[in-house]
Amino acid sequence: METVQQTQSEFTLPVKRKRKLTKDHLLAIGFLLPSVILIAIFVYGFIAWTGYVSLSNWNSLVPDLSFAGLKNYIYLFNDFRFQSDLRNTLVFTILFIGFVIIIGQLLAVLLDQKLRGKSIFRNIFFFPMALSFVVTGVVWQWLLNPSTGVNLFLQKLGLELKWYTDTNILAGFKWGHIEFGIPVAIIAVVIAAVWQMTGFSVAMYLAGLGGIPDEVREAARMDGATEFQIYRKIILPLLQPITVSVVIIMAHISLKIFDLIYAMTGPGANFVTDVPGVYMFETTFRGNYYASGAAIAIIMLLSVAVFIVPYLISSRRGES
Amino acid sequence: MTARRVTVPIFYLLLIALSLFHLMPIYVMVVTSLKPLDQVTLSEMWKLPTQLDFSSYVTSFEKLAPNFLNSIYLVVPATLLSALFGAMNGYVLSKWKFKGSDTLFTLILFGMFIPYQSILIPMIQFLREVQLYNTIPGLIFIHVVYGQPITTLMFRNFYAGIPDEMIESAKIDGAGFLRIFQHIMLPLSITGFVVVAIWQFTNIWNEFLFAVTITTSDQQPIMVALQNLSGSQIVQWNVQMAGALLAALPTLLVYIFLGKYFVKGLLAGSVKG
Repeated sequence: METVQQTQSEFTLPVKRKRKLTKDHLLAIGFLLPSVILIAIFVYGFIAWTGYVSLSNWNSLVPDLSFAGLKNYIYLFNDFRFQSDLRNTLVFTILFIGFVIIIGQLLAVLLDQKLRGKSIFRNIFFFPMALSFVVTGVVWQWLLNPSTGVNLFLQKLGLELKWYTDTNILAGFKWGHIEFGIPVAIIAVVIAAVWQMTGFSVAMYLAGLGGIPDEVREAARMDGATEFQIYRKIILPLLQPITVSVVIIMAHISLKIFDLIYAMTGPGANFVTDVPGVYMFETTFRGNYYASGAAIAIIMLLSVAVFIVPYLISSRRGES
Repeated sequence: MTARRVTVPIFYLLLIALSLFHLMPIYVMVVTSLKPLDQVTLSEMWKLPTQLDFSSYVTSFEKLAPNFLNSIYLVVPATLLSALFGAMNGYVLSKWKFKGSDTLFTLILFGMFIPYQSILIPMIQFLREVQLYNTIPGLIFIHVVYGQPITTLMFRNFYAGIPDEMIESAKIDGAGFLRIFQHIMLPLSITGFVVVAIWQFTNIWNEFLFAVTITTSDQQPIMVALQNLSGSQIVQWNVQMAGALLAALPTLLVYIFLGKYFVKGLLAGSVKG
């Protein structure tokens, strides 16, 4: 679409300039065209197709694309499992982002100090990002196994935690078909996810701290501010744009999370660790409920788009 | 400066505590993988092995080796092709801007944030149609298509750092679109290619959703095979931990030797660059 508009608008430009650029401009279009076509079909076209499937009756192995209206969506929002997924995703997202931001900021400030061995510490915090969520899931599944792992230490403190096998809901109250609140089992998954992704926010904040000119701190020191005050009153507020980026990137990871939970816990008893990504996978590829699966996918997409679209638009504006 | 005497130990204490949290899984992985099965009891998981036993590595290697190869066949072409597309797009979108090019860029960029569940059903239909379902080339195709937004973003940010004056003076010397790309941009892109390649290599190696839905049994990449290892009836934790380490090894090695570029990629991928 864009390239079509582009060539049309070229005709309105003065003829002299157009002639000079013609060949190069054609080449530029040629460079972009394959990608534009691929993205148009496989991103936008396929999303539209998924949307179409989500409005159909295709809930068996045999494709049936007859129009079903919002039937699949209405079914989902009344479904115990999907309501549990929404609760879990909300709780997971808030806890996950909260910890990633707090620990990330703390570690970045610590690594910003003049300390020996900084690069070793930095690498320790960064390396889990190079790992697959599947590896993380496999390892943490064992570490947080109720009869072993960290519980061997916690038992000495008199704690006997059930981690991801716990079906309790904290601060729960009845909401729809489900108990709304904080599923204890989700905390186990949050720990694994925070372990893996903290490095991301540390890296972002460190880059932000590096971008703050020394004069800013110097000036504050001259005015008699303590180091603590400098961070609290000057540096951390300057890092706010970074926090926005980290929140949005983490939110989109969290809303579409699948592999970590699939490898670590699966849906869990009573769906205490289920998320839309896992439900979509199981209902579509294990149960052949294609229209239902497509509806879950579209809901996931919309929830991500709520964060991402304004972010993309604002970062484009910030550029120009 | 007396304040530093108090704060520095506290800083170290915090750093060490959080480092232990970060290293704990690696410790358990390594220790467990080196134990024979009869020593892998739940109550002794934190203890060092009494003698080194590499049999878990042999077992997991035998099970995972074909999938490890599949991942190599997948990652190498997918990384190279998506990097090439990214360089081409990034060049046009940074140095040959036209009316609407920024909007087009944003539309491309959106593709890297979508949950891939939202294209998965048509993708499987499509791959079946073109006979690429359950094949490595099918997965390569997917990773090239959906890798483009991030590689385009990285190269566009990278090329934005190359001064426009260089391009202008080359144009005055009579160089055209292709010559500028070939003789100015590409030679200056080596760092860009390293950053993008490392990023794509890591992401594609670690990817799971496409791998588990597009391929079955002998076509499966390593991460699916690793996940299947834990799905078996008797969980042999030592074999599983050895398998997890084997599966993680390539990306860990890349991080250990080229971590600087990995972090660069991470920062470049956060849109603003």
